[in-house]
Amino acid sequence: MVYIFQQALNALQLGSIYALIALGYTMVYGILTMINFAHGDLFMIGAFFCFLIAFYLKLSFVPTLLLTMIGVAFLGVVIERLAYKPLRNAPRVSAIITALGVGLFLENFTLALNPYPQHVPALITDQTWTIGNVSISSLQIIIIVLSLFLMLILDFIVQRTKAGMAMRAISWDKSIVPLMGVPVNKIISLTFAIGTGLGGAAGMMYGLAYPVIDPYMGIMIGWKAFISAVIGGIGNIRGAMIGGFILGSVEIMVAAFLPSTYRDFVAFTLLLILLIFRPYGILGKPNPQKV
Amino acid sequence: MSKLKAAYQTLLNKWHIVIAHRFFWPIFLIVGLLFSIAASTFDILDLYLQLILIYVGINIILTVSLNLINGYMGEFSIGHAGFMAIGAYVASLLTVNVFPQTANMFLFPAAILAGGIAAALIGLLVAIPSFKTRGDYLAIVTLAFCMIVKSVLENIDAVGGPRGLLGMEKLTTLPWVFFWTVLSLWVIRNLVYSKFGRGVLSIREDEIASDLMGVNTRQVKVIAFVVSSFFAGIAGGLFAHTLQYINPRMFDIIKSTDILIMVYLGGIASIAGSILGAFIYTILLEILRPLGVWRMVFMPLMLVLLMIYRPRGIMGLREARLFIPLRDLFASKFWRQKKKESGDASAGD
Amino acid sequence: MPLLEIKNLTHRFEGLCAVDDFNFTIASNELVGIIGPNGAGKTTVFNLITGVYRATEGSIYFTGNELVGRTPHQITKLGIARTFQNIRLFKELTVLDNVRIARYGQAIYSPMEALLHMGRYNAEEKRITDHAMELLSIFKLDDAANERSKNLPYGLQRKLEIARALATDPQLLLLDEPAAGMNPNEIKQLMEFIGWIRKTFQVTIILIEHQMRLVMGICERLVVLDFGATIAEGLPAQIQNNVKVMEAYLGKELVK
Repeated sequence: MVYIFQQALNALQLGSIYALIALGYTMVYGILTMINFAHGDLFMIGAFFCFLIAFYLKLSFVPTLLLTMIGVAFLGVVIERLAYKPLRNAPRVSAIITALGVGLFLENFTLALNPYPQHVPALITDQTWTIGNVSISSLQIIIIVLSLFLMLILDFIVQRTKAGMAMRAISWDKSIVPLMGVPVNKIISLTFAIGTGLGGAAGMMYGLAYPVIDPYMGIMIGWKAFISAVIGGIGNIRGAMIGGFILGSVEIMVAAFLPSTYRDFVAFTLLLILLIFRPYGILGKPNPQKV
Repeated sequence: MSKLKAAYQTLLNKWHIVIAHRFFWPIFLIVGLLFSIAASTFDILDLYLQLILIYVGINIILTVSLNLINGYMGEFSIGHAGFMAIGAYVASLLTVNVFPQTANMFLFPAAILAGGIAAALIGLLVAIPSFKTRGDYLAIVTLAFCMIVKSVLENIDAVGGPRGLLGMEKLTTLPWVFFWTVLSLWVIRNLVYSKFGRGVLSIREDEIASDLMGVNTRQVKVIAFVVSSFFAGIAGGLFAHTLQYINPRMFDIIKSTDILIMVYLGGIASIAGSILGAFIYTILLEILRPLGVWRMVFMPLMLVLLMIYRPRGIMGLREARLFIPLRDLFASKFWRQKKKESGDASAGD
Repeated sequence: MPLLEIKNLTHRFEGLCAVDDFNFTIASNELVGIIGPNGAGKTTVFNLITGVYRATEGSIYFTGNELVGRTPHQITKLGIARTFQNIRLFKELTVLDNVRIARYGQAIYSPMEALLHMGRYNAEEKRITDHAMELLSIFKLDDAANERSKNLPYGLQRKLEIARALATDPQLLLLDEPAAGMNPNEIKQLMEFIGWIRKTFQVTIILIEHQMRLVMGICERLVVLDFGATIAEGLPAQIQNNVKVMEAYLGKELVK
């Protein structure tokens, strides 16, 4: 029982990181129907920003978090403007390939500047409490609470604000919205800023939880987050959160019963099965084909 | 005299066949084969240049086979490296563990072929999700497939797990690469100019219309995936016996991206483009080698610029006349002649 | 026996009834028009016949074969071909290839023969290429055989789409708003053209149109659809004076 509880806690921690990154995939897909394959690498950049800010500027937790999120969000907007915007009317394949290229560029650029793995300094004094044999660290609590907090803010923005309404309108029908006076470009930039900013926050939290970071760390975690988004129904924000927690739980379970090397295998097989039987995910809706 | 005039007339009418350079092919094949044999037997080319040519050949096979899916069919596969991995592992296991060491020289083509067939069988499986899903989702399916292959290989100790496989002899020689490259180009070109190939193209243009015009789209997709993965497997086998060492990480998404760059650099839906793309990219990588890690920064940047400014590549949707069958190249011309001849015949009656 | 018989055909998506208990028969060599205002479910009927959509209820019999549940290419093979409201040619492919693609089922050789260009490949390719050129020359498109179809002018693209449909050797041809985007003069030419196709190729034709001028001129019988249901059926002259039809087209108030 204690064991299960402990594992559930771990699943919640991993799941909230996945969910935060998955939100970025899902938001961009919702608004541009494009898979931003570079998103996992922006997560990695988040971890590196956090490292740079904490190591050189020696700021404390909250300012580091804010600066990291702003920095990554800015980078996300710049990438959208330079690389994705020219392709908005191009075939979808071009956009996907560009995103793959941007991702590789970010990885290799980081690698070129920084050939060795780095160690993120601890920003918070880690405390561990033991409640009836279940140990909880302060870091775990911060990760879970902060992720939930960010997700609630996002949900509020999307559901309750004018900008959020515009986002939903664009993802509903891209052709009509500009006619209603919605500044599409600004809304798309905002979407990228929020999505990548959340990815940056996830990068920072990951860096604090698993302090050794390297330029290629974003690839696999990015894919996992992407799988989460697909599980929940890509384009659906609440779905991304659910998907993140589902995948987190599955992975923790696999690690508990099988050798840890099977984790990726199970995650991708899950994706494959899902895509074949329910490609629109748990909360998504099937797209009727138009003739 | 009139006979001479008639002969002259026929020559005049058929001159475009000469223009189409069909005599080029046998000469190219014989010279190419002789050169590749000579280069590897006598010291005409130094080993480094031979190695580069081998990589050019392997990359042409990979590019033209991926082009079948991404260019001709207009689907999007990022899992090509997965098929390559299957071919590489199967061929290597055969030459290292199964075939007697002494007979490897002769059994090498069989090993390569077995690798291709194994990859083709798996390609059959990947074709099934393509019946229902398209575009982004198919991209993810192929990606998941690639990751699963890698993950499975890492978990099988018999094939070395994450450490990989060692002990292959350097069996990939220039003549073999030449042979397999020409074979892959010929077969895929043949496919493209057949009813199945036209089916592949029509799926790219408009899948529903294609189905409504009587094209069995499922059959066409299966053929395309099987042929494409077969040659990816062949390339994998050749690759393994060039490097003499393989591990699962070599066949990840980065390798797939490499092949994608070659396809979209040279030009989608073009045999000539595939050759061009593979050639330019391979040579460019060698030239830029002194840049070290910055080379890997430059390459993805090139891909992004390519997508923005020339998304179909150098030869996008165009084909060198050399590769087009005469029946297609001169369709209206032949038809006009035929009508004229039959008209003359009926007038003569 | 009628060539095509549709019984109680119903199609719903997302609660909306696009086709509601539709009944229809057509005999060989007839030319029947289906008319109705926009969104009446005309194209949906075509999509149901050709297998693009699967009917929720009802059945479609063509020369005695049940069509519901078959895939589009199987239905095409049975002898039904169609064109599209918004032209759907294979734009980047040549005019010749557009027609040859439609002869996929008529070219008989195996994938292996295709890969090696051996066996039956050559003879069959020659046969379908000649047939395609023959067809193109009937439509006066043979000189453009090597052009990409997107480069053809609009009127020729419409023609090519019909040629492509005929290349499948159909008994029944479904034309979806062939007059879309044409001026009265062109429509007149089109009327003659459709009549000529019917005679030359011996096909039965169902025509969807909302431009009355065309259908009144050539159709022998008309079916009027509104909100997925048949509201009138009969000779063109009868339909012209039908109050229900006028209501559907012009709105109740205007008719009064």
